[in-house]
Amino acid sequence: MAKKILLDNIDVPGLASFEVYKQLGGYSAVEKALKNLSPDQVTGEVTKSGLRGRGGAGFPTGMKWGFIDKKSNNPRYFVCNFDESEPGTFKDRHIGQLNPHLLIEGMILGAYALGARTSFIYIRGELFYVLKIIEKAIAEAYKNGILGENILGSGYSLDLYCQPGAGAYICGEETALLESLEGKRGNPRIKPPFPAVVGLYGCPTVVNNVETIAAIPWIINNGYEAYSSIGIGNSKGTKLISACGHINKPGVYEIELGLPVQEFIYSDEYCGGIRNGNELKAVVAGGSSVPILPAELILRTTTGEPRLMSYESLSEGGFQSGSMLGSGGFIVMDHTTCIVKNLLTFARFYHHESCGQCSPCREGTGWMEKILHRIESGRGSMKDIDLLVNISKHIEGNTICPLGDAAAWPVASAIRHFRAEFEEHVKLQKCPF
Amino acid sequence: MPLLKLTIDNIEVEVEQGTTIMNAARKIGGHVVPPAMCYYSKLEGSGGKCRTCLVKVSQGSFKDNRPMPKLVASCRTLVQDGMVVQNTISPEVIENRRAITEFLLLNHPLDCPVCDQAGECHLQDLSYQNGLEETNTDEARRTFAPIDIGDLIKLNMNRCILCYRCVMVADQITDSRVHGVLGRGDHSEISTLIQNAVDNDFSGNMIDVCPVGALTDKTFRFKSRVWFTRPFDAHRECAKCCGKTVLWMKGEEILRVTGRKDKYGELEEFICNDCRFVFKQPKDWTIEGPRKIERHSVISQNHYEKLDKDENEDKNVE
Repeated sequence: MAKKILLDNIDVPGLASFEVYKQLGGYSAVEKALKNLSPDQVTGEVTKSGLRGRGGAGFPTGMKWGFIDKKSNNPRYFVCNFDESEPGTFKDRHIGQLNPHLLIEGMILGAYALGARTSFIYIRGELFYVLKIIEKAIAEAYKNGILGENILGSGYSLDLYCQPGAGAYICGEETALLESLEGKRGNPRIKPPFPAVVGLYGCPTVVNNVETIAAIPWIINNGYEAYSSIGIGNSKGTKLISACGHINKPGVYEIELGLPVQEFIYSDEYCGGIRNGNELKAVVAGGSSVPILPAELILRTTTGEPRLMSYESLSEGGFQSGSMLGSGGFIVMDHTTCIVKNLLTFARFYHHESCGQCSPCREGTGWMEKILHRIESGRGSMKDIDLLVNISKHIEGNTICPLGDAAAWPVASAIRHFRAEFEEHVKLQKCPF
Repeated sequence: MPLLKLTIDNIEVEVEQGTTIMNAARKIGGHVVPPAMCYYSKLEGSGGKCRTCLVKVSQGSFKDNRPMPKLVASCRTLVQDGMVVQNTISPEVIENRRAITEFLLLNHPLDCPVCDQAGECHLQDLSYQNGLEETNTDEARRTFAPIDIGDLIKLNMNRCILCYRCVMVADQITDSRVHGVLGRGDHSEISTLIQNAVDNDFSGNMIDVCPVGALTDKTFRFKSRVWFTRPFDAHRECAKCCGKTVLWMKGEEILRVTGRKDKYGELEEFICNDCRFVFKQPKDWTIEGPRKIERHSVISQNHYEKLDKDENEDKNVE
């Protein structure tokens, strides 16, 4: 069995309650940190553990904390990004719903390390039932002296709030999240300045993903060496993968980074193979934004090495023959899947979720959806395929925030790897599936 | 503070710290100035949205001579000492500008023949310089019915390119904002909430900052093509604003009043609604003389001017 850090006790009944969480050794990391460690020591542990941002970008967490503007006299904020809305990604909800105190404990540790006195969990509006669970957990934590004034007699005080968004994917982009948290329209800000200098209400702010924050208590309890001994290369620790699609056992799995993709898909411990014994066709390895890979490239790299579930291995080969670990939304498709139709679904999503602030993304996402719709419904031409490639090329890198890239990559990669299927749609003037 | 050195299209210029690439280019002037559809130097926080001013930075600074990985928005990127910028000499920049123009025109109705803005429209200028000759699309365009936002301003959302300038004018120049961007993506629109009227002393400036024909002056609607009117600088004593305007006249009749715009199409000073909409008689104004219009502009069409004596002499030397 692989090492479990985040989902260790997830099956224990009543884990969401303070008593059960405490009985299982919960809040011991807070006690340890507030009594024995300085904020810099906490940051040091996280830095040395090699923990990387689990929201998709994979930026080293300790380094991100290190960027916070220490010269500023303004208050600092620590914000949790719970706006999980990438198609195929449902790992954060799993933590928030079943183990909210783990998130709260991580929030306290992060806020303590950064010197924040106020913290926010920004949760996606559709997850209203999870919001209720977290709010109940926060209330319990206040009642037991884990939050509020003078936590556990350490002299450190922290207020924690949970704020729902109104259901916009774009608010998962950290600066759009901060705008929304301030009560404004959730448009991404133009960077620089970065949130570490000018963040929430103009003050230094760090925004981290739920899963990142949830890994911190274990690191504090067990030390950075224990954490960094798990994993491979620069991909340390464990990662939650939300597996879905045409597999026998969809669900949220915790894996040690470095697990072979082959094993993840076919072993009974994880996905349990493809449904009905079908043939694997393609995998979107890290949520809808990352490039799609055909079966031969997801199982092996072009050099013939087995592909591993790690930041480095999945991106090996660049965008020509690689993908990204992203947020861990693992979407598996068998041979009955129409790639064009799947891409149309993604394109419709990005069209719907583009904030409309900058022109390439606002106009390009809608345009791509219309063209894909045309091809899928049998009215496309060969010219349309090249046009799609062109549009995606002109969106990528030209936008304010990464949503433009996220909309462009799936289109570019699907045509790169499955061009014949697009051409078949055009030739037959209908969807062959 | 020492001045910062940079080159734009191989032309060297020195600027103060905190200057953007766009403003450094404007200091040089001429063809190196990137086009700007959303940036407006008089509006704080404007720019960065339309992406037409993207330029290539092939050297970040003297200290860090690596190129920047992506094209950057010149209106929002600050100059570093030793920066090397490529605008019109970079094929990548030109190709992207062409693509952005295509994006901006994708949902634009191209109804210039019936648009009051034609002749002084920035999108017209942009597509003239960077547009494709043929269209790549036969997709249906998004459509909205034109609405009145108040008595004085017509909103034709089909033409809007969502530059946010009018939102910033309302935020920064007027005492309250009652309109904004609703919805998101290409289905977002500029509008007032539940048919609210935009009604305050400086709302008319929204018309002047609009780069396209989305916000037009209802008092001038369909009166004349702009190039058939003659612009005159004029002023009056005004308690609310500077009172310095341009009168657009046909014969003795004042068809419309606007603020004075510089060569980048930006207002020199904002004017009040009284000057713009109320005083439409020549006797209300002290006329200073004909307004100088950029020679490339459509408005200067048929307005032959005698060249200055100095310019004549320059010609002779050549």
